[in-house]
Amino acid sequence: MTTKKWMLAAGLTALVFSPAAVADLSYAEVQQIIKRDFHAKGQAKMDRLDQDVVQRVCTQSDDKPPADVAKAIEADQLAAIPFPSGSLMGDWKKGASSAWSGRGMQWHEDPKKPSGGGCYNCHEISAKRTSFGTIGPSLRGFGKKRGSGPDMQKYVYGKIYNAKAYSLCSHMPRFGTTGSLTEQQIKDLVAYILDSNSPNNQ
Amino acid sequence: MRATAFVWPLTAAIALATTQVAAQSRFEQYQKMVGEDSPAELFVLVGADLWRKKQGPKNASLERCDLGKGPGVVKGAYASMPRYFKDTGNVEDPETRVLYCMMTLQGRDRKEALKRPFGNADKPSEMEYLMAYLAFESRGYKIHPGKSHPKEKRAYELGKQLFFARTGLWDFSCASCHGTEGLRIRMSDLPVLSKAGPARAAMSTWPAYRVSNSQMKTMQWRINNCYRQMRTPEPNWGSEVVNSMHMYLMVTAEGGTYAGPGTKR
Repeated sequence: MTTKKWMLAAGLTALVFSPAAVADLSYAEVQQIIKRDFHAKGQAKMDRLDQDVVQRVCTQSDDKPPADVAKAIEADQLAAIPFPSGSLMGDWKKGASSAWSGRGMQWHEDPKKPSGGGCYNCHEISAKRTSFGTIGPSLRGFGKKRGSGPDMQKYVYGKIYNAKAYSLCSHMPRFGTTGSLTEQQIKDLVAYILDSNSPNNQ
Repeated sequence: MRATAFVWPLTAAIALATTQVAAQSRFEQYQKMVGEDSPAELFVLVGADLWRKKQGPKNASLERCDLGKGPGVVKGAYASMPRYFKDTGNVEDPETRVLYCMMTLQGRDRKEALKRPFGNADKPSEMEYLMAYLAFESRGYKIHPGKSHPKEKRAYELGKQLFFARTGLWDFSCASCHGTEGLRIRMSDLPVLSKAGPARAAMSTWPAYRVSNSQMKTMQWRINNCYRQMRTPEPNWGSEVVNSMHMYLMVTAEGGTYAGPGTKR
């Protein structure tokens, strides 16, 4: 633990003093300006602007963190995922509705209504629908190709819960960590991705 | 067997590339199609009237507003902003500057003038009409925002750092969507705004009339809307953050021919 913390500190110091940093506006100054120039609105409170270690390291390294730093933080992120016991396969039909819904967590939205995962914004997740983004890889046929056993269920659950545990500077949100999706919603999405009856595997 | 294993991914890759190219050109064709006979022109006409309309406690128009080329000069002004203004000591984009003119020339209260910066389909905002007009007056001019004053340099640097900073509940930076070539969100192509070519195409056509919701939208609205989708709190209207982001994008687009107001999906 001590070794890990030390390693992390060394890695971060190296980042802060990297020549890529802009001389006249420090990281700290930029963070201060951001906090001064935004205001809380609806459910979007000001604490959303506090960079945690993941955001900080990815920002300071231009999304290319040193391998040892990335590995150490990924391990911490993974350790913090509360994997439920038992099957992680929910109902793919319910998963479909969150996969195709892009609502949730924005300042104008009602926080009492469930969020979607907005998966289709970035991933291809059906053979039938042509409106899908390409920021993330195509997930079409994922379950068919990679199986749907307990290990694969755990991987997909973890990836949706906290993508940064697997790839530190991934552009995918941490849907579980941030409370954007519930445990049940993530299980339903696991089923949507893996279940052989889901449109994703047809 | 080995040959088959090799051919399959290749075929899949070609098929994927083909659908992506086809989808892209369809999107581009659509963007082009909606640009013809655009209602944007109506906004320009109403904006021109509003620019000349006497109002506020001083019962004055905005015609003497100094947009950086001297009082009363609107030709080419939009394309040369944001820029540093000595009288305010700040770098200002067209919207921020026009608010200043409303306050100084027309004597209007900041709160009153800013009551409704973003309108809707039923009732566009005064700022949206005015931006359409000012944009039109810059058509054909080269994009050349201020770059020499230290505060202009600072705005560019801040904007650049903001563009790449991970923030908000979902860890996005602007570059998450606008930093890699050839990506789409849903069916929409995403311009790489850190590169001159795509930045020119994008920045030369804001403000823009949005066909999908029948609204004229300004650049400050566009930045605000990106942050909303990034799940951050709301950026303050006319703030250093917003003006600096605008500056970074306009400097990146420098040299492009301004063609606003645009018309988009």
